[in-house]
Order: sequence, then structure tokens, then C-alpha cells
Amino acid sequence: MSAHVKVSGLKVSVAAAEGGRALIVDDVGFEIARGEVLALIGESGSGKTTIALAMMGYARTGCRIDGGRIEVGDVDVLGLDTAGLAGLRGKTVAYIPQSAAAAFNPAQRLMTQVTESARIHGVLDRAAAERKAVELFRALALPDPEGVGERFPHQVSGGQLQRITAAMALITDPDLVILDEPTTALDVTTQIGVLRAFRAVVRERGATAIYVSHDLAVVAQMADRIVVLRNGRMQEEAPTQRLLDAPAHEYTRELLAAFAPAARAAEAPPSSAPLLEVQGLVAGYGPVSSAGLPMIPVLHDVGFSIPAGSVLGVIGESGCGKSTLARVIAGLLPAARGTVRLKGETLPARLADRTRDQLRRVQIVFQSADVALNPARTVRQILARPLQFYHGLGGDAARRRVDELLDMVRLPRDVAERLPGGLSGGQKQRVNFARALAAEPELILCDEVTSALDTVVAAAVLDLLAELKRELGLSYLFISHDLSTVRAICDQVMILYFGRRLEYAHSGAMLQRPMHPYSDLLIASVPELRTDWLDSVGPTREAEAGVTGQGCTFYPRCAVRMPGVCDRTVPPIQALSKGAEILCHHDEAALLSHMGATRSLP
Amino acid sequence: MRRHRISTVGAVALAVVVGWAVAAIFAPWVAPYPPSRIASREPLAMMSAAFPLGTDYLGRDMLSRILFGARYTMGIALLSTSLACLMGVGLGLTAAARGGWFDMAVSRVLDAMISVPSLLAALVVVSSLGSSIPVLVVSAAVIYTPGAYRLARAMAVNVNAMDFVAVARARGEGTLYIVAYEILPNMILPVLTDFGLRFVFVVLLLTGMSFLGLGIQPPNADLGSLVRENIEGLSYGAPAVLMPALAIATLTVAVNALIDNLPSRRVAETAR
Repeated sequence: MSAHVKVSGLKVSVAAAEGGRALIVDDVGFEIARGEVLALIGESGSGKTTIALAMMGYARTGCRIDGGRIEVGDVDVLGLDTAGLAGLRGKTVAYIPQSAAAAFNPAQRLMTQVTESARIHGVLDRAAAERKAVELFRALALPDPEGVGERFPHQVSGGQLQRITAAMALITDPDLVILDEPTTALDVTTQIGVLRAFRAVVRERGATAIYVSHDLAVVAQMADRIVVLRNGRMQEEAPTQRLLDAPAHEYTRELLAAFAPAARAAEAPPSSAPLLEVQGLVAGYGPVSSAGLPMIPVLHDVGFSIPAGSVLGVIGESGCGKSTLARVIAGLLPAARGTVRLKGETLPARLADRTRDQLRRVQIVFQSADVALNPARTVRQILARPLQFYHGLGGDAARRRVDELLDMVRLPRDVAERLPGGLSGGQKQRVNFARALAAEPELILCDEVTSALDTVVAAAVLDLLAELKRELGLSYLFISHDLSTVRAICDQVMILYFGRRLEYAHSGAMLQRPMHPYSDLLIASVPELRTDWLDSVGPTREAEAGVTGQGCTFYPRCAVRMPGVCDRTVPPIQALSKGAEILCHHDEAALLSHMGATRSLP
Repeated sequence: MRRHRISTVGAVALAVVVGWAVAAIFAPWVAPYPPSRIASREPLAMMSAAFPLGTDYLGRDMLSRILFGARYTMGIALLSTSLACLMGVGLGLTAAARGGWFDMAVSRVLDAMISVPSLLAALVVVSSLGSSIPVLVVSAAVIYTPGAYRLARAMAVNVNAMDFVAVARARGEGTLYIVAYEILPNMILPVLTDFGLRFVFVVLLLTGMSFLGLGIQPPNADLGSLVRENIEGLSYGAPAVLMPALAIATLTVAVNALIDNLPSRRVAETAR
């Protein structure tokens, strides 16, 4: 079988800050047979997207393709002039970007945009292109394939939009499809359906594809072969199964190891007095009604407690209210109802009513260190401010303390004089923590603190968190959408869905045997590191925008729903035998038997 | 280290602006004649060694008059632009940081002010209060405050939504600290750019007013009044009318070109 796509000696450079040029892709070469899916895998900065873009003869601003050869079919891509490239892109080589929302023009109907490349390249006339689009919509398992094209991008969900980008790419039957992290921005339960649709359509049409991702488990479902990249160089190339079973390169083994993070939770959670108690929390945004409730409610009747020295994980998909929960506890968003107590002392809902000491004891750390650190101030200024504000430290005392804090988060002391812009993502997140530690808090609210980091860096940050907890006796409220990080660090877990606490239990117990149907779905949706995972999971219903009405919020997606009950009344809180609490109409025995039916436990 | 690179256009513009600033500051020392002395018997004369830019309609030295005119134009424009930006940015930052009714009230009032054409507003003020330098400075400042406010508020609202501001708030910081240390440093570059643009607007407003005879009053003159005074020279192509017009053009174009080519925009980009 002759190779359909051939890349050899590819070099891409970028203008370096000190002048001159730095290679960001160095001597990369691979071949793809017709109908084969090749995955490019690596962490941020590994050059995977740069290579993918080079396949279309494109280099981002400041970048330049310095050498090498790219052949797609019988076309020499790098030898083409501008007109030739315009003819290539969208027709011979098609691209599916990470963010579908950013790839669509919000002012045009989906059908116009999906068929655009076919019409531009004159491959199909309008009617034929539209027929083909509908066919693709059907193949991609989109609801209402005939009608969906008439909608505007904001009228379909994120998962649906991502599938429509696939239709857009495939409409011209390209020789090569590039999928650039197409499911990274999606929730796990959405990702599963999109992955399945992509795989079906790629296989069915025998498309040749490059799949770019940082997620080995996702790639394992899609790719025939995997190329592992690091700092622009190829580390290893092997068929998927072999790479997973017997990784040859050290770096591949490291990636695989980072996939199953070791447990960092304390051996036995201390059953001390609760540090933080939250009861009946109701909060939201928008104008407040006469009943004292916000117009757009986000949290409904959420309650939990965190014992001193332990970690509570809050899991949920985007929009479930987990970040709002952290803001309410920190006082940034006053709660409409409910109480927050810290060591028995009720915290006022409004920030302005809290004492400085109350503020000091609860610190919040945000997800994206890029926007959580003031880019105009040095690390030392950032860290010195809470020292002065809470502890009145200045001059030499503050200086010493900043150095201590940097030691604590394992950063070299010379970082202190730098601006955040000069730090890596992991370093920024450490400074972010150091600032919270400077206050000497009792509780740190961690909002998706590892989500923006690469797996290996994230693992190191988690280690740091666990260590600080042990040494300083800290407690965390750990918010994440990622089950494996939650598993690694949390003692207890709470699952939120549209602002309601569906399950609340010890983390070990829940992750092994989730009781609520949603917890079950969520846990089953996390990709596993084996090639047959996608085939082994059952069908799922995707989230629909805007859950309204009475009854259980999870009703539209629930596998074991009871019409007439679940859609009428809000389920009660049930205490189960193992200490878990769930929000469901089913009793424990019924849930256990349903679970056996819907999912086979590994 | 960040490298400060400036383009050729930027360098030329900078030279022109600095040249005008030096001329305005040192006018009393460099001007060959006192600006109001009738030094020649020949009005609207062409350029000569004695009068490098010719003479005006009364025979006064044009070079001296332009140097002093630039002093008025730039001095008043600088003062009113500074006032306008100070008020606009101050109000904008406070409105963004405090939000709520304060933001609402200030925004609506200033929006209403924007709807009045600037030259018209200035004419009304000057014709009712009479023209004097303080009146010109204050009215130009008030007229250009809403624009400065709008930009500053929009920028500040963006920065205000950043997590580091939320962290500062959660720490318990007051509005003043948040505005001064968290928000302002991250919007200073666009604010400076806006300052330059607004300076040009004020220069044009002032020269326009003076051209209409409502700006600086004789015997003093700014660049706009110089054009007006010597307008009869237009048909002879006298330098007395061309030179002040050229002066206005070079000054405003140079300021514009300079702010378009400010070095290290990257600072602003990392702040985003």
C-alpha cells in the first residue's frame, strides 16, 4: 500500500524574542496510508498544531516553514503558490478546529457555512451540496438532520456545533482531514457522542485523517497510529495498540503514567469538627425578585460540610454552578438564601460585611493563572500585598516571608522579581497558590486549578497541594470537571448538575460505585486508556440547553427515569447505607439493580 | 528584556512633535521679533532672509507669530486634554469598579453630553460667557470628558472582570486600591493613546474656534486665528495664510502618526 500523505524533514521556526529564529518543529516526518487515522500527541508547545497547520501550507503569524516536503496525494503542498494553496484548503485538505463556536460566523445559517467550501471550490452546486450536508448531518447523528441547517450557530449545543464542523470539513470529500483537538473543549458526557460520530463518519467514508490531541485516551479510540511529539521533535511512532501496551520511549511512558494519577488523599480522613458548613445555599445572578430569589438561579439548596484537614471535591460539567459555589463561599457573590459557617461562626453573605480576619481564613485560587495574576506587578509585589494587608508585614520581614512562600511552592527565589508574563503556566499556578498561602488561610477554594495545565505539570501541582495540606493542615474545596484529579486528592465528593447536588459521598466509594444515575453516566464517560473503550460504553443522551420546569433536573438525560414521577416532583434527599446522600426518586436497591443492567462494572 | 523598537514613521513623527514642543516652550527666546510688533511696512510679504516665513496682513513677522501661536494652541490643548482625561479616566474607573447606580447615572449623563456636537457646544459656551483662556480650557475639557470616560470605562470593565481583580476583592481591598494598583496599570497604554488622539481633537476644536473669531482674541493669536487674520492673503498665495495652516497640519498629523507607532504595544497585549 503506497502512502497517501508523505511528510519528511519538516522544519518550522518562529521569530525569537532575542532576534534570530527558534525551531518549533524540527525534522518531523511520517506517512499516512489512504483511509488511515494518524494521531499527533503531545503537550502544549510540542508543535502538534503547528504541524497540522503546515499540512495546509499554513504557518501562524511569526512562524515560517523552513524546510521539508509535504505531499498529499500527488500534490506537493509546500511548492504551491497562494492561488494553489487557496485551491487546496477546504478541498484537498480540510481542518476541524478545537473551538467550533469560534469557527462559525454567528450571523449566517449553518447550512450556508457548511456548504460554503463546496460552492467556493465548485465541487458541487448548491442543491447537491445541501443534500450532501444533510446526509453528513445524519451520519454524524445530529438530531433533525433536515432542519438543523436552517439554524444559526447559537441555536445548537456545543457538541452539535462541533459535529457540524466535521460536516463542513467533509463536504468536499477531502483527501486529508485534520482534526485539531476537536473534543477538548467539550464536557465528557458530550465528548463521548461527538467521538462516536467522528469515528463513524471517518470510518464509513474511509477518510484519511490527522487527529491532534493531548489526550491519549481519546486518541486511543480514534487513531490507527500515534506519533508522540515533544518540543517539536518526534519521540516515538507506533501503532496505537502497541504504543499503549509497550511504549518504547521514556517520554511516552511518562505520559502514560501521568494518566493514572496516584492517590494523594490522606490515609484516613480525620473525623474532626467541621471547618466549613454550608446549608441550603441558594444563589444566582440577575435582578432579585420580591421573594428574594435571583432571576437566574444557579445554585439550588446546596449543603455540605468540610472537616478540618480534608478535601471536598466538587464535580460537574460546565454550567453546573461549581464556580459560582466558590464565589458564594468567598463572598464575591452574596447568597440569596442559606448559611455558610466557618468553625461555627456564620460568615456574612456580603464581602463588605465580613471582617478582615474572616476574609483571611478563606482564600480562593482561580483556574487560569494567566488572568489570576496582575500582569503589571512583579511576583514579589503580588505576594507582599496579602502579607501587608492581613499581617501588617513590611520591609525585610515581608521580603523574607516572600522567599519562604516561594520555597513552599517550590519556586526558585529569583522568580520574585519577574512579571507573571515571564513565567510558565505551572509556575504561575504556583505563584497563585503562594498568594493564597500568604494569608495563612484555613480553607482554600481551588477552582479548576489544574485544568489549564498539561498532565505532567498538573500532577506536580497536585503533589504540591497534597503536601501543603499535610504540612499546614489546610482544607480544600476542590472544584474540577476532571474525575481523575478529584480521585487523586479528594476525601469526599459532591456532584453538581444544574445547580443541584445530586450525590454527596466519600470519594473512594463514589468513584467505584456511583449511586446516582448522573454520577454513573459521568464516571462512565471518562475515556479509558484502551482502544475498545468507546465500543464498550452504552448510548448516552446529551445535555440539552435550558433545563426548566419542575421535577428532577437530570430527567431529560436519565437512563432510569420514571415519567410521571421524575418530571413532576423534585426528588428528595436520600441517605444511603454507605453514608452517601443522593437526590433521586429511586431507592438504593432499585439503583443498584439498574446499574447492573445499564453498565458492566470493570 | 523587551526591546523598544520604533518605526521610521514613528521616529519622524516624534521628531516633529518634539520640535513643536520645543518651539512652543522656547518661543520668547527664539522668536526673532516680538509677536505683535509691526516690523515691516510690507504686509503679506513673501519669504525673505529678514522674515523667514514672510509677514502678516499688518506686516508682523510670521515666524514669531507662529511660534507664539503654537504656544497658545499647544498649551491650551495640553491643559484641557489633561483635564478631560483626568476627569474621564477617574470617573470611568470609579464607575467600572463600583458599578450599580453610580455607573448608570454617570454613564447616562455623559452619553447625553456626547450627543451635542463639540464645536456647537463650545460656541454656545463661549458666546454666553465670552472668550478667555480659562473659559476655553474648561469648555474644551468638559466637551472631551465623555469620550475619555467611555474609553476608560470600557477598558476598566474588561480588566475588572479579570480574576486577579476578583482575588483582590475577595481579599477585602477597597475600591481605591483596586483602581490604582490592579486596574489602572493594565489600561495605561490605551489611555495614553487616547490622550494623544484627544489632544488632536482639542487642537482642531481650538483652531476652529479661533478661525471663527471666538477663540484667542487679538492681539494674541493661536494657529487658528493666524489663518483667519491672514485669510485675504489666500488669493496671493501668501505664506502668512499657508504657514499656520501647515503648522496645524504637521502638528496634528505628527501626533496621530506618533501614537499609531508607539513602541512595545506588546505590553498592552500581555495585559489582556
